[in-house]
Amino acid sequence: MGQNVQQPRGRTKVRPLSPSEGGGWVRISSLVALAVIWEFIIWAFEPDYLPHLSEVGKAFWTLATTPGPWSCHRDTNLFWEIVSRSGLACNLGFTLFRAAAGFFTAMIIGSVIGIVLGHYRSLDRFFDGWIVLGLNLPALVVGILCYVWFGLSEFALVLALAINKVPLVAVMVREGAASIQPDLIQVAKAFRMSWFQTMRKVYLPQLFPYFMASARAGLALIWKIVLVLEFIGRSNGVGFQFQIFFSNFEIEKVLAYTFSFIAVVMLIETFIMRPMDRKATRWRM
Amino acid sequence: MAHVTFLQVDIAEKKFPTVEGGEFIALSGLNFSVPKGQFTCIVGPSGTGKTTLLNILSGLDTKYQGSVTIDGNTPNEAPPLGYMFQSPRLMPWLTVLENIRIVANESARNENRAEKLLEEMDLGGFMETFPNRLSGGMQRRAALARAFVNQPSMLLLDEPFISLDTPVADRLRHLLLDLCHAHNATVVFVTHDLREAVQLGDRILFMSPSPGRVVLDQPIDLSRPRVSDGEEMETFRSQLLKDYPDILAGLDKEE
Repeated sequence: MGQNVQQPRGRTKVRPLSPSEGGGWVRISSLVALAVIWEFIIWAFEPDYLPHLSEVGKAFWTLATTPGPWSCHRDTNLFWEIVSRSGLACNLGFTLFRAAAGFFTAMIIGSVIGIVLGHYRSLDRFFDGWIVLGLNLPALVVGILCYVWFGLSEFALVLALAINKVPLVAVMVREGAASIQPDLIQVAKAFRMSWFQTMRKVYLPQLFPYFMASARAGLALIWKIVLVLEFIGRSNGVGFQFQIFFSNFEIEKVLAYTFSFIAVVMLIETFIMRPMDRKATRWRM
Repeated sequence: MAHVTFLQVDIAEKKFPTVEGGEFIALSGLNFSVPKGQFTCIVGPSGTGKTTLLNILSGLDTKYQGSVTIDGNTPNEAPPLGYMFQSPRLMPWLTVLENIRIVANESARNENRAEKLLEEMDLGGFMETFPNRLSGGMQRRAALARAFVNQPSMLLLDEPFISLDTPVADRLRHLLLDLCHAHNATVVFVTHDLREAVQLGDRILFMSPSPGRVVLDQPIDLSRPRVSDGEEMETFRSQLLKDYPDILAGLDKEE
């Protein structure tokens, strides 16, 4: 019998390049072009509140080398000693910690709800209205209510983040759970695979694309909301810093924090999300 | 020689709910037994409940009236069996080797049986390949390796070679017979292809249109190996069609 190995599907078709395939040089050139356009706008229109990139750079350096707020000053270990010397690192750390807490809480709760709703149609029908309500609740309203009900605390902030993200995760995972292939689950049952093995090797891999999609969408949502919640209810973190800079019209500092924040998000995307995605979807290549 | 019953099937009724709210009776009064090591072919036109029967034998479907015992145990209490479905049903995110190894028991793993079976099936060079890169025939060979990896005492096959071209299907049939004889497995092989049943089986059970039940139990005492389209096989098949024209109506159209 001949070994009729099929050609990988889609190889001959023109398809959009993924960011990793685009190459570093393309991305760098694109960022340089953006910087040039930025400076051109300043040169051409001389706007009052758009600083030169060099001023943003200086602000970044100042913020990065100025000690942080009192909450960062802990003598517990070397990590905190280093963080306490940089206000920017300290505030970024607080924001990232809150975002991570909200993210994982929402992923766990939202995934469980999504899986249950995806499998039980009657429950899905009953709770669908709740999900739609949750999806349309303004993030700011949730934040205000949580702060009013639970005080200006970390718990209230993380809860507000989770409440905002849970419906989104639940909806996406519900789609995945509803489209689980029963044929493959039958294989696991027929060969008496253990529950744990079935979950790990058969069930969850089918949900993985939905987990990733909800993680990405949820992360984008959380980055935005966490700043608003810090802005209105916390005394540290990037959002709180924005409140101060906004009061003083320190636009270069706002931009310095913004770029740092974006850099962190891109690092997470590059070193965590994308490798996970690549590993789990390599069979589709 | 006295035959010891290995598989005993007494299904009084198997029903499915219909979309309209009624009931569809898939199997009714289905009774037969299979001795150890026998290759039994179940033949019948589409929709006679053949796959339903295999799902009951494998323990996937437990909602029926009646009883099924495999070596004295209910299907879910019996030692794991091998099941080759109509489509290969390989996990697309696992490599060919991983697909076999996830169902392998400890002794199969210790003896590297998955690797050995894949080598036997000329898939040695494709162990680390994902199933979507393989042809249909290669995927079915991998599924056959998966069915055999635990050296099951009973093997269920549901039209495993359907829609394959003749040379590939023939090669896989020989491979299957070799493995069955090597492991003395009891086989229940579902097909609607009479020629395939005559080529492979020790016995053919013909099923009626739904509700499915056995309407003819035909032993096949032809010598082995049987050559596909060989004279002896063709004579046997033609005689069957001539003797039971009503029961076998429609089965000769497949060829």
